[in-house]
Amino acid sequence: MTLTLAVLVPLLPFLGALAGLAAGRRAPGLVRPLAVLPTIASAALAVAVACDLGTGRHLDAATRLTPTGSVPIDLAVHLDGFSTLLAVLVGVVAGCVQIYSTSYLRDDPRYSSYAALVSLFTAAMFLVLYSGDLIVLLVGWEVMGICSYFLVGHHWERGDARSASIKAFLVTKLGDIPFLFGIFALGADAGTFRISGVLGAATTGQLHHPTLIALLLLCGVAGKSAQFPLHTWLPDAMAGPTPVSALIHAATMVAAGIYLVARLLPVFLLSSAALVVIAVMAAVTMVGSALCALAQDDIKRVLAYSTVGQLGYMAGALATGDRDAAVFHLLTHGAFKALLFLAAGVVIHAAHTNSLTAMSRMPDLRRRVPDAYWTMTIGLLALAGIPPFSGFFSKESVLTAAEHAAHGEALTGGLGPATAVPTSVGWIVLVAGLLTGLLTAMYATRLWLVAFRSASPVPADTAQADPAQPGAAAGTAEPHAMRWPLWLLAVPAVALGLAGLHTTWLPSFLDGISLTPSGSTAILGTCVALAGVLVSYTAWRRATALVLDAATASPTLAAHELDESTRPEGTAAEPREITADLATVPGRTFTQALADADSAAAAASTGHAPDPARLLLGPLLGPAANGFGLDRLYAAVFVRPVLAAAQLVRFLDRDVIETYVAGAAGAPRLLGAAVRRAQNGNAQTYLSALLAGAVVLAVLVAVVQ
Amino acid sequence: MHLAYPAVLAALLFCVGLYGVLARRNSVLVLMSVELMLNAVNLNLVAFDVWLRDTLHAGQALTLFTITIAAAEIGLGLAIVLMVFRTQGTADIDRLRELADRPADQALPADADADPDLASDLAAADPDTASLTGSARGKADPA
Amino acid sequence: MTAVLAASLSSQGHSFLTPTGVEIVFVLVGLAVLGAAVLTVTTSQLVHAALWLVVALGGLAIEYLLLTAEFIAWVQVLIYLGSVVVLVLFGLMLTKAPIGRSPDADSGNRWVALGVAVVAAATLVTLVVDAFRSTWMDLSSGGGSTGANGEVLFRYWVLPFEALSVLLLAALVGAIVLSRRHREEG
Repeated sequence: MTLTLAVLVPLLPFLGALAGLAAGRRAPGLVRPLAVLPTIASAALAVAVACDLGTGRHLDAATRLTPTGSVPIDLAVHLDGFSTLLAVLVGVVAGCVQIYSTSYLRDDPRYSSYAALVSLFTAAMFLVLYSGDLIVLLVGWEVMGICSYFLVGHHWERGDARSASIKAFLVTKLGDIPFLFGIFALGADAGTFRISGVLGAATTGQLHHPTLIALLLLCGVAGKSAQFPLHTWLPDAMAGPTPVSALIHAATMVAAGIYLVARLLPVFLLSSAALVVIAVMAAVTMVGSALCALAQDDIKRVLAYSTVGQLGYMAGALATGDRDAAVFHLLTHGAFKALLFLAAGVVIHAAHTNSLTAMSRMPDLRRRVPDAYWTMTIGLLALAGIPPFSGFFSKESVLTAAEHAAHGEALTGGLGPATAVPTSVGWIVLVAGLLTGLLTAMYATRLWLVAFRSASPVPADTAQADPAQPGAAAGTAEPHAMRWPLWLLAVPAVALGLAGLHTTWLPSFLDGISLTPSGSTAILGTCVALAGVLVSYTAWRRATALVLDAATASPTLAAHELDESTRPEGTAAEPREITADLATVPGRTFTQALADADSAAAAASTGHAPDPARLLLGPLLGPAANGFGLDRLYAAVFVRPVLAAAQLVRFLDRDVIETYVAGAAGAPRLLGAAVRRAQNGNAQTYLSALLAGAVVLAVLVAVVQ
Repeated sequence: MHLAYPAVLAALLFCVGLYGVLARRNSVLVLMSVELMLNAVNLNLVAFDVWLRDTLHAGQALTLFTITIAAAEIGLGLAIVLMVFRTQGTADIDRLRELADRPADQALPADADADPDLASDLAAADPDTASLTGSARGKADPA
Repeated sequence: MTAVLAASLSSQGHSFLTPTGVEIVFVLVGLAVLGAAVLTVTTSQLVHAALWLVVALGGLAIEYLLLTAEFIAWVQVLIYLGSVVVLVLFGLMLTKAPIGRSPDADSGNRWVALGVAVVAAATLVTLVVDAFRSTWMDLSSGGGSTGANGEVLFRYWVLPFEALSVLLLAALVGAIVLSRRHREEG
């Protein structure tokens, strides 16, 4: 029974995707139901599976399709608390995203393929979650990769979307190749690809190269979950439609890497070196991405960098051996980050720009999108880790795990000895986590204040009295399909954290490790978060005051003050880049959207918006806004040599090899021309040649004899 | 008598005939040169028959056959030359170049010569064109 | 080399340096034949070419006689001189060959032809002389008489002889068909 339901969960969206692709052109009316209904049904079934399985049990089932001769590949299902709970999360988020998309992309000409790809993506994620075999898991993993490629490149008319999709694909594949070898090494050592078999081999010490395997697998995880060296694709992937960002880059695909490490944690626990690597990777990711998030002007990029940072938290929790905390944070983060992205979509829809600077020039933005305003507030509070919200509990559970690990008593949940986790890992994660907590609170506050609370230096009455102000009339009433998924997601964003408080609630589904925050980290974490909020608020107040002063002060002083309080040139988001996304918003044509974006850009350039980022980051702002130049570094180190090599190959192909080819064609042509001249139609010439040949032959024969 | 005399004479005669075949322009003269070559062969046959003296007299018998065949050949050859002369207007071998490989641009005029007939045939066969011309005529007639 | 050659020649008892009368006549007539043949293929007057051909073929008939092949000699005179040359003359006439000099009697292929012919002649003569320089043939017994020829022809060569008659018939029919004017042409 449970098994049947569990098989249906990935199957329904898959069939929905196939039907959606098939029906897309012929029956446009069917696309919406075919997109929404299977996903919702899957979500319901996922809930049913989770309830049916209950706590503390796990279910393994497998069927072998065909013998492969060596290590067998099974169609296996492995259900436990981790997979069922994450499946519920994925189902709910995917359902919300599908409903939201029906409205957000209503007039998009490629909505049908978009919806089908989202369904296929959901199915692949379910497959990854439920699969009990590493090769089958890999199938889902790669299907997600290709769907991500298509969805990020949904607006392929735009160059940045194209390059972002290619970048996402290449970077994740760069991680996937070592990942594939890691799976092979794992299968070769364990003698099976079944996850249960692999874990059994890990406990009995059959794995001979745990560090190598763990590091190889880690490459794939870093690619998929956007960890430090391979994280650069995620901020660029925001070129996709906002719901895709919510689905892929918040709840599902990026979670797959974390989920995989959680599943295979016993393997990682065998190698303390791998754990240290994960910890360092997570720490660098966390702090760096938080700094980047603080400096970004594009609201979606802020959220993208924050996703990278939160994934760093999860990776840190895994490094300390506590997969319960990681999955707990994954669940709450999935809820509140999906909420944040969807709300950001509504805000972008209303403001017609991605740019925070431009948003701060719209005084009544808060009133125009009340739903988004309130749900985004909830989401940001959860993100910042303010106590009653879900983010607080899950983040505290991570910090608690790090604290335990730092004291040498890691909470491994019986997967391995506590001594398997070096204490340095705990310290690294703890320090980086606290620092990131501070920065997270700062950028969450900044985002909220700049987007919604900016007191515009432009007098409010002029802005309101101007009926031609673009966007003032449009977007006052967001469609229902874009509003109530926000509130649906707001519920877990607020309350999901409470589920970890008691050991019989959420932990009973998992390994049973207590998720209750310990006293010291709870106080420390809360203080850090509040400090971040206060610092950010103070900086914002000062920036606002400086901007207001600059309007009356002497030019040199004003310039200095403005320099202190606003964004430097070149770090603001390019408004035109996001207009194609806006063109899909109902009731607005592309030209209108373009005009809106232009006026927003004009507003951003003529006025001066207070931005605390400059005060908070100081000289770090420029590098942080550019992702610390990592893209440029990669371009210099990898992209340019590859391009140069391609040029060389092209040169070799065009000018060297083709010369031979052309010569091979030209020589017979010349020969043919020569032979052609001999073909003059004069029988006597032919006969002369014939007889001359005969004479030559005769002479040869005579001479040889 | 030394065999070398008739053999050398036959060889030289053959080569003179060969030269004539290759160098003469008029096809009747080419046929005459062929006769010279055949006679060289005959001389050889006779000389070797005299030398070998076999009971079958193969050399002289074959000489007779060759003479006969040569007569038939010259008859047929002249008939062919006459026919070529009648159809092509010349008996010069180096002007009979129907088999030459012509470049495409030189081959085109021949097609163009054939084209008008083809075009007129097509025009007659095409009902649309016919109706068009018919209607044009119909319009033109009242005027 | 020359010593060996002289020895081989003297051993046979016949030398090129002491030619018999038949040999002298043969060479002289042979030179005449050759000259007539060369004139045949080089003269620029077409009808003269045919007449020089008559000389060459007649000379050849004499050579046959010298080789004791009298029947072949008469056949040569009858068929070649009697019919083939007449046919050729008719051919020249029917193709409206110009009487008198025609400067373009030789085609542009002449030099190539000359080269091929000279090389071929050199090769052939070299080979023939090399092979037969010491071969002597006895001309004493008259093996080429009409009687001997007829006996051989109708005893051993009957079947080819009859086949040849069919060939002649076919050539006759073919020549008629080819040279007959078609009615629509006329």
